[in-house]
Amino acid sequence: MTEFTPVSGLIGGLMIGLSSVLMLLGMGRIAGISGIYSGLLTPAKGDLGWRIMFMGGLILGGVTWPLLTGSPFPVDLQVSWPIMLFAGFLVGFGTRLGSGCTSGHGVCGIGRLAPRSMIATLTFMTAAGMTTFVMRHLLGG
Amino acid sequence: MTQRNNMVQLILSLVSGILFALGLIVSQMVNPAKVLNFLDIAGTWDPTLAFVMGGALLVTIPAFRLILKRPHPLFAKRFYLPTKQDIDVRLVTGATLFGVGWGLAGLCPGPAITALATGLLPVVGFVAAMVAGAFAHKLIFEQRT
Repeated sequence: MTEFTPVSGLIGGLMIGLSSVLMLLGMGRIAGISGIYSGLLTPAKGDLGWRIMFMGGLILGGVTWPLLTGSPFPVDLQVSWPIMLFAGFLVGFGTRLGSGCTSGHGVCGIGRLAPRSMIATLTFMTAAGMTTFVMRHLLGG
Repeated sequence: MTQRNNMVQLILSLVSGILFALGLIVSQMVNPAKVLNFLDIAGTWDPTLAFVMGGALLVTIPAFRLILKRPHPLFAKRFYLPTKQDIDVRLVTGATLFGVGWGLAGLCPGPAITALATGLLPVVGFVAAMVAGAFAHKLIFEQRT
Protein backbone atom coordinates (compact mmCIF):
# COMPACT_ATOMS: atom_id res chain seq x y z
CA MET A 1 0.00 0.00 0.00
CA THR A 2 1.36 3.43 -0.92
CA GLU A 3 -0.30 6.79 -0.40
CA PHE A 4 -1.80 8.62 -3.40
CA THR A 5 0.37 11.73 -3.81
CA PRO A 6 -0.84 13.61 -6.91
CA VAL A 7 0.80 16.96 -6.07
CA SER A 8 4.34 15.68 -5.58
CA GLY A 9 3.77 13.40 -8.57
CA LEU A 10 2.86 16.38 -10.72
CA ILE A 11 5.80 18.47 -9.47
CA GLY A 12 8.24 15.62 -10.09
CA GLY A 13 6.76 15.15 -13.54
CA LEU A 14 7.20 18.83 -14.35
CA MET A 15 10.87 18.57 -13.31
CA ILE A 16 11.38 15.52 -15.55
CA GLY A 17 9.71 17.39 -18.41
CA LEU A 18 11.91 20.43 -17.82
CA SER A 19 15.03 18.26 -17.87
CA SER A 20 13.95 16.82 -21.22
CA VAL A 21 13.35 20.33 -22.56
CA LEU A 22 16.86 21.41 -21.50
CA MET A 23 18.35 18.46 -23.39
CA LEU A 24 16.42 19.15 -26.59
CA LEU A 25 16.74 22.94 -26.55
CA GLY A 26 20.39 23.00 -25.55
CA MET A 27 21.85 19.97 -27.32
CA GLY A 28 19.15 18.68 -29.65
CA ARG A 29 19.15 15.39 -27.77
CA ILE A 30 16.30 13.15 -26.60
CA ALA A 31 16.46 12.51 -22.83
CA GLY A 32 15.85 8.78 -23.26
CA ILE A 33 17.77 7.02 -20.52
CA SER A 34 18.08 3.62 -22.20
CA GLY A 35 19.41 5.28 -25.35
CA ILE A 36 21.87 7.48 -23.43
CA TYR A 37 23.53 4.71 -21.41
CA SER A 38 23.51 2.14 -24.20
CA GLY A 39 25.38 4.65 -26.37
CA LEU A 40 28.23 4.19 -23.89
CA LEU A 41 28.52 0.55 -24.99
CA THR A 42 29.48 1.61 -28.50
CA PRO A 43 31.92 4.42 -27.82
CA ALA A 44 31.83 6.88 -30.70
CA LYS A 45 34.36 9.67 -30.83
CA GLY A 46 33.16 12.91 -29.25
CA ASP A 47 29.90 11.29 -28.19
CA LEU A 48 30.86 10.00 -24.77
CA GLY A 49 31.25 13.10 -22.59
CA TRP A 50 27.66 14.30 -22.48
CA ARG A 51 26.39 10.74 -21.94
CA ILE A 52 28.70 10.21 -18.98
CA MET A 53 27.76 13.60 -17.52
CA PHE A 54 24.02 12.89 -17.80
CA MET A 55 24.43 9.47 -16.17
CA GLY A 56 26.62 11.02 -13.48
CA GLY A 57 23.91 13.63 -12.90
CA LEU A 58 21.27 10.92 -12.46
CA ILE A 59 23.33 9.31 -9.70
CA LEU A 60 24.49 12.63 -8.25
CA GLY A 61 20.85 13.72 -7.89
CA GLY A 62 20.28 10.60 -5.79
CA VAL A 63 23.37 11.30 -3.72
CA THR A 64 22.54 14.97 -3.06
CA TRP A 65 18.88 14.42 -2.11
CA PRO A 66 19.61 13.16 1.44
CA LEU A 67 22.13 15.98 1.89
CA LEU A 68 19.57 18.59 0.80
CA THR A 69 16.60 17.24 2.70
CA GLY A 70 18.22 15.44 5.61
CA SER A 71 16.36 12.23 4.84
CA PRO A 72 16.92 9.40 2.37
CA PHE A 73 14.39 8.59 -0.34
CA PRO A 74 12.54 5.30 -0.08
CA VAL A 75 13.43 2.50 -2.50
CA ASP A 76 11.29 -0.40 -1.30
CA LEU A 77 12.37 -3.39 -3.34
CA GLN A 78 9.55 -5.85 -3.80
CA VAL A 79 11.16 -8.95 -5.26
CA SER A 80 13.95 -11.47 -4.71
CA TRP A 81 17.45 -11.39 -6.18
CA PRO A 82 16.81 -13.80 -9.08
CA ILE A 83 13.75 -11.85 -10.19
CA MET A 84 15.67 -8.56 -9.94
CA LEU A 85 18.37 -9.93 -12.25
CA PHE A 86 15.91 -11.47 -14.71
CA ALA A 87 13.85 -8.24 -14.76
CA GLY A 88 16.97 -6.14 -15.27
CA PHE A 89 18.02 -8.22 -18.25
CA LEU A 90 14.54 -7.96 -19.81
CA VAL A 91 14.53 -4.18 -19.28
CA GLY A 92 17.99 -3.80 -20.84
CA PHE A 93 17.25 -6.04 -23.82
CA GLY A 94 13.66 -4.91 -24.35
CA THR A 95 14.38 -1.19 -24.28
CA ARG A 96 17.04 -1.63 -26.99
CA LEU A 97 14.88 -3.87 -29.17
CA GLY A 98 11.99 -1.44 -28.77
CA SER A 99 14.23 1.65 -29.12
CA GLY A 100 13.25 3.29 -25.85
CA CYS A 101 11.89 3.24 -22.33
CA THR A 102 9.57 5.28 -20.13
CA SER A 103 11.57 8.46 -20.72
CA GLY A 104 12.49 8.09 -24.40
CA HIS A 105 9.09 6.87 -25.64
CA GLY A 106 6.82 7.90 -22.77
CA VAL A 107 7.99 11.45 -22.09
CA CYS A 108 10.00 12.55 -25.15
CA GLY A 109 8.40 10.45 -27.90
CA ILE A 110 4.84 11.28 -26.92
CA GLY A 111 6.14 14.81 -26.35
CA ARG A 112 6.94 14.89 -30.09
CA LEU A 113 3.58 13.24 -30.80
CA ALA A 114 5.38 10.30 -32.48
CA PRO A 115 2.95 7.44 -33.26
CA ARG A 116 5.74 4.87 -32.74
CA SER A 117 6.24 6.08 -29.18
CA MET A 118 2.53 6.11 -28.42
CA ILE A 119 2.27 2.46 -29.52
CA ALA A 120 5.41 1.53 -27.57
CA THR A 121 4.16 3.25 -24.39
CA LEU A 122 0.75 1.64 -24.64
CA THR A 123 2.45 -1.74 -25.18
CA PHE A 124 4.88 -1.59 -22.25
CA MET A 125 2.25 -0.16 -19.91
CA THR A 126 -0.11 -3.01 -20.79
CA ALA A 127 2.61 -5.66 -20.50
CA ALA A 128 3.72 -4.24 -17.13
CA GLY A 129 0.15 -4.14 -15.81
CA MET A 130 -0.50 -7.72 -16.90
CA THR A 131 2.78 -8.87 -15.34
CA THR A 132 1.87 -7.26 -12.03
CA PHE A 133 -1.55 -8.87 -12.20
CA VAL A 134 -0.09 -12.33 -12.79
CA MET A 135 2.57 -11.94 -10.09
CA ARG A 136 0.33 -10.48 -7.40
CA HIS A 137 -3.07 -12.00 -8.03
CA LEU A 138 -2.50 -15.27 -9.85
CA LEU A 139 0.81 -16.36 -8.35
CA GLY A 140 0.24 -14.45 -5.11
CA GLY A 141 3.78 -13.05 -5.06
CA MET B 1 32.88 28.25 -30.66
CA THR B 2 32.85 24.44 -30.82
CA GLN B 3 35.10 24.21 -27.79
CA ARG B 4 32.77 26.47 -25.83
CA ASN B 5 29.72 24.50 -27.04
CA ASN B 6 31.32 21.25 -25.88
CA MET B 7 31.83 22.69 -22.41
CA VAL B 8 28.27 24.03 -22.27
CA GLN B 9 26.95 20.63 -23.42
CA LEU B 10 28.76 18.82 -20.63
CA ILE B 11 27.42 21.18 -17.97
CA LEU B 12 23.94 21.09 -19.46
CA SER B 13 23.94 17.27 -19.45
CA LEU B 14 25.01 17.18 -15.82
CA VAL B 15 22.33 19.68 -14.78
CA SER B 16 19.67 17.83 -16.79
CA GLY B 17 20.69 14.54 -15.21
CA ILE B 18 20.48 15.97 -11.69
CA LEU B 19 17.11 17.62 -12.40
CA PHE B 20 15.78 14.38 -13.91
CA ALA B 21 16.89 12.42 -10.84
CA LEU B 22 15.34 14.93 -8.43
CA GLY B 23 12.10 14.72 -10.44
CA LEU B 24 12.12 10.94 -10.12
CA ILE B 25 12.69 11.23 -6.36
CA VAL B 26 10.12 14.00 -5.71
CA SER B 27 7.50 12.01 -7.64
CA GLN B 28 8.66 8.77 -5.94
CA MET B 29 8.89 7.08 -9.31
CA VAL B 30 12.26 5.86 -8.04
CA ASN B 31 10.42 3.68 -5.51
CA PRO B 32 9.48 0.23 -6.91
CA ALA B 33 6.66 -0.13 -4.36
CA LYS B 34 5.08 3.03 -5.75
CA VAL B 35 5.48 1.90 -9.36
CA LEU B 36 4.06 -1.57 -8.75
CA ASN B 37 1.08 -0.11 -6.90
CA PHE B 38 0.44 2.07 -9.94
CA LEU B 39 0.58 -0.95 -12.25
CA ASP B 40 -1.62 -3.04 -9.93
CA ILE B 41 -5.01 -1.66 -10.97
CA ALA B 42 -6.82 -4.73 -9.61
CA GLY B 43 -5.23 -4.44 -6.17
CA THR B 44 -3.64 -1.66 -4.11
CA TRP B 45 -3.93 0.89 -6.93
CA ASP B 46 -2.08 4.18 -6.49
CA PRO B 47 -2.67 6.45 -9.53
CA THR B 48 0.20 8.82 -8.66
CA LEU B 49 2.42 7.87 -11.60
CA ALA B 50 -0.23 8.97 -14.07
CA PHE B 51 0.32 12.45 -12.64
CA VAL B 52 4.10 12.14 -13.11
CA MET B 53 3.70 11.29 -16.78
CA GLY B 54 0.99 13.92 -17.14
CA GLY B 55 3.22 16.57 -15.55
CA ALA B 56 6.12 15.70 -17.83
CA LEU B 57 3.95 15.77 -20.97
CA LEU B 58 2.41 19.07 -19.88
CA VAL B 59 5.89 20.51 -20.33
CA THR B 60 7.27 18.51 -23.27
CA ILE B 61 4.33 18.59 -25.68
CA PRO B 62 4.12 22.40 -26.04
CA ALA B 63 7.86 23.05 -25.48
CA PHE B 64 9.08 20.46 -28.01
CA ARG B 65 6.72 21.93 -30.60
CA LEU B 66 8.29 25.34 -30.17
CA ILE B 67 11.88 24.07 -29.91
CA LEU B 68 11.64 21.99 -33.09
CA LYS B 69 10.66 25.09 -35.06
CA ARG B 70 14.19 26.38 -34.49
CA PRO B 71 16.78 25.72 -37.21
CA HIS B 72 19.09 24.11 -34.64
CA PRO B 73 19.52 23.72 -30.86
CA LEU B 74 21.22 26.46 -28.82
CA PHE B 75 24.57 24.71 -28.40
CA ALA B 76 24.68 22.09 -31.17
CA LYS B 77 24.62 22.09 -34.97
CA ARG B 78 21.50 19.96 -35.37
CA PHE B 79 18.74 17.99 -33.67
CA TYR B 80 19.41 14.29 -33.09
CA LEU B 81 15.93 12.82 -33.46
CA PRO B 82 14.95 9.19 -33.98
CA THR B 83 14.54 8.52 -37.69
CA LYS B 84 12.52 5.31 -37.47
CA GLN B 85 8.83 5.75 -38.19
CA ASP B 86 7.55 2.23 -38.72
CA ILE B 87 5.57 0.33 -36.13
CA ASP B 88 7.08 -3.12 -36.51
CA VAL B 89 7.54 -6.44 -34.70
CA ARG B 90 10.76 -5.27 -33.03
CA LEU B 91 9.10 -2.22 -31.51
CA VAL B 92 6.18 -4.18 -30.09
CA THR B 93 8.28 -7.18 -28.95
CA GLY B 94 10.86 -4.91 -27.34
CA ALA B 95 8.23 -2.82 -25.57
CA THR B 96 6.54 -6.02 -24.35
CA LEU B 97 9.78 -7.48 -22.93
CA PHE B 98 10.57 -4.16 -21.28
CA GLY B 99 7.06 -4.01 -19.83
CA VAL B 100 7.38 -7.50 -18.34
CA GLY B 101 10.72 -6.58 -16.72
CA TRP B 102 9.30 -3.28 -15.44
CA GLY B 103 6.23 -5.06 -14.07
CA LEU B 104 8.36 -7.66 -12.31
CA ALA B 105 10.76 -5.38 -10.43
CA GLY B 106 9.10 -1.96 -10.59
CA LEU B 107 12.26 -0.39 -11.97
CA CYS B 108 12.85 1.19 -15.36
CA PRO B 109 16.23 2.55 -16.54
CA GLY B 110 16.18 6.11 -15.09
CA PRO B 111 14.96 5.23 -11.59
CA ALA B 112 17.28 2.20 -11.48
CA ILE B 113 20.33 4.36 -12.14
CA THR B 114 19.26 7.04 -9.65
CA ALA B 115 18.53 4.32 -7.06
CA LEU B 116 22.19 3.27 -7.35
CA ALA B 117 22.82 6.19 -4.98
CA THR B 118 21.18 4.18 -2.18
CA GLY B 119 23.92 1.55 -2.49
CA LEU B 120 21.36 -1.26 -2.28
CA LEU B 121 23.00 -4.37 -3.74
CA PRO B 122 19.93 -5.75 -5.57
CA VAL B 123 19.69 -2.39 -7.38
CA VAL B 124 23.33 -2.71 -8.42
CA GLY B 125 22.49 -6.22 -9.64
CA PHE B 126 19.47 -4.94 -11.56
CA VAL B 127 21.54 -2.26 -13.32
CA ALA B 128 24.32 -4.73 -14.13
CA ALA B 129 21.75 -7.15 -15.62
CA MET B 130 20.18 -4.23 -17.52
CA VAL B 131 23.52 -3.30 -19.08
CA ALA B 132 24.10 -6.98 -19.88
CA GLY B 133 20.70 -7.08 -21.61
CA ALA B 134 21.53 -4.01 -23.71
CA PHE B 135 24.89 -5.55 -24.55
CA ALA B 136 23.26 -8.85 -25.56
CA HIS B 137 20.98 -6.91 -27.90
CA LYS B 138 23.98 -5.18 -29.39
CA LEU B 139 25.73 -8.52 -30.01
CA ILE B 140 22.68 -10.08 -31.64
CA PHE B 141 21.21 -7.22 -33.65
CA GLU B 142 23.79 -4.50 -34.17
CA GLN B 143 26.16 -6.02 -36.70
CA ARG B 144 29.03 -3.75 -37.56
CA THR B 145 29.28 -3.14 -41.29
